[in-house]
Amino acid sequence: MICDICGKNPATVHLTEIIDDQMNELHLCEECAHKKSAQMEQQFGLSDLLAGLAGFEKQKDEKEGIALKCPNCGMTFKDFKKIGRLGCGECYAAFRSFLGPLLKRIHGSNLHCGKAPGSRIAKLTRRKIEPGETRAAPGQDTVAELRIRLQKAVEAEAYEEAARLRDRIKELERTAHQEGKKE
Amino acid sequence: MRLNDLLTHTSEWLKGTGPHSDIVISSRLRLARNIDKQPFPHWSSKKQSKSTLEACREAAGKSDLIRKMTIFVLEDLDTVDKQFLVERHLMSYEHAQKTNSKAVIVDEDEVVSVMINEEDHIRAQVMQSGFNLPEAWNVINKVDDALAKELNYAFSPEWGYLTACPTNAGTGMRGSVMLHLPALVMTRQINQVLAAIAKLSFTTRGLYGEGTQATGNFFQISNQVSLGQSETDIIQNINNLIRQIIEQESQCRETLMNSNRGMLEDKISRSFGILKSAHIITSQETTELLSLVRLGCDLGIIKDINRRHVNELFLLIQPAHLQKIENKKLTSQERDIKRAELIRSKLSK
Repeated sequence: MICDICGKNPATVHLTEIIDDQMNELHLCEECAHKKSAQMEQQFGLSDLLAGLAGFEKQKDEKEGIALKCPNCGMTFKDFKKIGRLGCGECYAAFRSFLGPLLKRIHGSNLHCGKAPGSRIAKLTRRKIEPGETRAAPGQDTVAELRIRLQKAVEAEAYEEAARLRDRIKELERTAHQEGKKE
Repeated sequence: MRLNDLLTHTSEWLKGTGPHSDIVISSRLRLARNIDKQPFPHWSSKKQSKSTLEACREAAGKSDLIRKMTIFVLEDLDTVDKQFLVERHLMSYEHAQKTNSKAVIVDEDEVVSVMINEEDHIRAQVMQSGFNLPEAWNVINKVDDALAKELNYAFSPEWGYLTACPTNAGTGMRGSVMLHLPALVMTRQINQVLAAIAKLSFTTRGLYGEGTQATGNFFQISNQVSLGQSETDIIQNINNLIRQIIEQESQCRETLMNSNRGMLEDKISRSFGILKSAHIITSQETTELLSLVRLGCDLGIIKDINRRHVNELFLLIQPAHLQKIENKKLTSQERDIKRAELIRSKLSK
């Protein structure tokens, strides 16, 4: 097979693109593949993709985003946009206002409902509450868990249960907020 | 266990056993985990990377489950050794590139491997032969619990496990199933299947993970979404999709056998013939021919070799494996000769 671009060298790299359900195959030689991948990276780096996904507007970035900096690892929001990777776990809190919508775009949800580290339950009760963070007393449901149950209740049209869960969430969030103020 | 000990036995996932092992090569789960407050590997200083490695090593040493596994520090390995581990799917290609304070922990059966300082501090994976994600979950869950006992993970109740790339946040879990789909490729139905998979927010990759092209009719299908679904839901979703693909491949195989048996037998037997008689052969050509031979075994067209031996050959014919067997560095041309030799000897038995 001969390279689709230069038409000279044998094609060793096979590229499949799916655009709007249309599949295109490109057969390239090594040299043309390098050029093509450099071109593609320029056009479409991961950081651009992530930035695009979050629907970042340039102006909004300049006003709010650029000033953000993670107090733990020193990564700035500008760094994150450039690299497409966060600096540490604390960056999630530091860039919260941008990451919430971004996670939702990527995953279709921004609420975890899987496993939690076992050892963390005990530690959480001793940790200072961060602004905006909610938590439950030991042995009780977390707000995150309640939200999932709420979502499921709504889907199942179990509105009485949903209303009960909604009130419980509100109550928990209020307590957490007050405790946060006290500390 | 030394690295060379791996050469003498077959990886668990290549055994050709387990549910639907005629179509499903292996099932794999991986979890991404990070240490709380510690900068992610790409953002760490040399000193910080070293302390991550030490913390993970210490945690592994305290767990009864992980202690008996072997840790390979990548700085101690040469290029061939690292490639050897990549070929065995025990670590990623990316992990083998830069070596600062990177390591991989491997168990003797090659079911569990834990990469340290890859894109995240910890990337644990479990491989099972055949279509068996639930068993992979049982194992990886235990490995994860063991490490979580000793390490304080970066975790938020709202967003789950926090990872270097937000595409992995939440469960930090990626499930992948490696499928062998020669009949769908032959009947040109594969493109429709792949387009449908992409629509359902799953990804398809080649034999060696991210960025690799599907050769030898092998396709690796994985979930993209890791947040908002529980681990069991993710596994369930993958299972539902894979079951449908298995069904389609089976039907295609049956149709080919009923309507085109002569053509199929000819194709398969010719491939077997080339492998048994070639004196110079590239790994790409071998993979493509072996794929047809594997199909021949599954359909009962080839009877004198079993699936396990074909699976083994897929592994042994790769560059680092050939060099490990010969115990010296080989050029690409030398490898093509040695590869043909090895295949002839294995298939003439």
